[in-house]
Amino acid sequence: MKTVRIGSGAGYAGDRIEPAVELMEKGNLDYIIFECLAERTVAIGQKDKAADGSRGYNQLLEYRMERILPLVKKNHVRVITNMGAANPQSAAAATRAIAAELGLFGLKIACVTGDDISSELDRYYDNTVLENGKKLGEMKESLISANAYMGAEGIIEALEKGADIVITGRVSDPALTVAPLVHEFHWNIDEHPKQMGQAVLAGHLLECAGQVTGGYYADPGKKEVPDLARLGFPLVEVDETGAFTVTKVEGSGGLVSTDTCKEQLIYEIHNPKAYLTPDAVADFSQVTFTQTGENQVRAENAMSHGRPENFKVSIGYRDCYIGEGEISYGGSSCMARAKLAADIVEERVALTGIRLEEYRVDYIGCNSLFRDEISGEIRGNTAAAPVEVRLRISGRTQDRKQAELLANEVEALYTNGPAGGGGAVKRVESVVSVCSIFVPREAVHWHVEYSEVQ
Amino acid sequence: MKLKEIAHARTGDKGEISNISLIPYDEKDFTYIKEHVTAEKVRVYFKEICKGEVVRYELEGVKAFNFVLDKTLGGGVTRSLALDKHGKTLGMALLEMEV
Repeated sequence: MKTVRIGSGAGYAGDRIEPAVELMEKGNLDYIIFECLAERTVAIGQKDKAADGSRGYNQLLEYRMERILPLVKKNHVRVITNMGAANPQSAAAATRAIAAELGLFGLKIACVTGDDISSELDRYYDNTVLENGKKLGEMKESLISANAYMGAEGIIEALEKGADIVITGRVSDPALTVAPLVHEFHWNIDEHPKQMGQAVLAGHLLECAGQVTGGYYADPGKKEVPDLARLGFPLVEVDETGAFTVTKVEGSGGLVSTDTCKEQLIYEIHNPKAYLTPDAVADFSQVTFTQTGENQVRAENAMSHGRPENFKVSIGYRDCYIGEGEISYGGSSCMARAKLAADIVEERVALTGIRLEEYRVDYIGCNSLFRDEISGEIRGNTAAAPVEVRLRISGRTQDRKQAELLANEVEALYTNGPAGGGGAVKRVESVVSVCSIFVPREAVHWHVEYSEVQ
Repeated sequence: MKLKEIAHARTGDKGEISNISLIPYDEKDFTYIKEHVTAEKVRVYFKEICKGEVVRYELEGVKAFNFVLDKTLGGGVTRSLALDKHGKTLGMALLEMEV
């Protein structure tokens, strides 16, 4: 029976390159995907592109391509990645230049565009924003970018035309995996609901790379992962029924078990019966995992229920500013001094009239993650006083100046606050946020450009 | 006992929504957890953090649960004032729950 082997070379924009190289060298792969686009990444890329028209793609693109392009040619592994971010054309040009420098003539590079609908946003001003219920038009002054989550179609065309490297902007994460499977097995949503469900499942398990092979899993004494320092990235071997095995290359660190697969199966999904992707509404509720060997797990029984009529569009907008500061206190009376410090800052905010929309105080080491009630329960009533605590104060503002004033008040605790404060830092961030609307899928048109390394 | 003795968890985020998986080490504990760790119990447990509804989904195939907590991430991961903007550590809090 024909099988296809797909590896995962990155689970986020800044992921490690060594496991990807290892997979391309030893994984006997047909394809490798690099998933590098978080929700906000494209919006930030659009800002970079506005400042310099040749930028706006993944910052590690050159670093990665220098390492992997020789292996594309040597081992015939085709690369599919969304590292194009806000500027797939420039990402393709940069890749072409590196390939030429390395003497890899004849490599075919495709870039898939069409996701960027920023210039058409005025057509959708009457659409309701998912996150806040406003009409999009009410936010028009602050909008930066709009990118539709496209499906696998553009990538499939690129593979059919023989591309060795396919670079996209915003596509759904699973589409990077769905595309080569549809290309190889000629599945479609109407005739192969089971296979399309399995294809989305494979993509979902691969898209965070090391998170299915023992990364983000270890908990000493409870969940041991061997040789985590040399964590290997995953690969799937898929057959024409859609069933597949998740594994990693022999000799790499990490662990592939039914439990690592279960954690990743449920990661960032909501209703398991309706995981929405542009290519299929996947149903993971009946998925089963079977350990078939050391670091080998068989995945079966995903389904799909058609595909959505609409595409989700991720919209970046200028939101607000956040000002924050931190300072540490030590000794058995550290909490009393940290609390005094927090009270002082709060009073100074009122005295000087700093305009805040939201304000938050954290005692790092005590309540910054779970707040007071759960933290108290975990600690128990008999717990000794902490030896040190780090006070963190943050606030949201509409302008940079107010954020700076708040951050300064925390730093000023050095000479104007309680005894023994140390290690103060301050920071002001201009916040780009994302929101979403839905648009009809017919309104988004993918386009593929081809070039060859000469 | 604490949940961590019989189950493990992983947390994800989308916008202002946090989702926490709860996976029994032994599939036989699926029914025990189904009975004792309801959506309402989880909502009350996280009331200082979660300001919206909690929905529990069951995955019969892998014998695990998915808790979806609305209005939990301080207005969304991009604008939250929290140190852990993504709320990735919340699963470890759930495992400390007494059952």
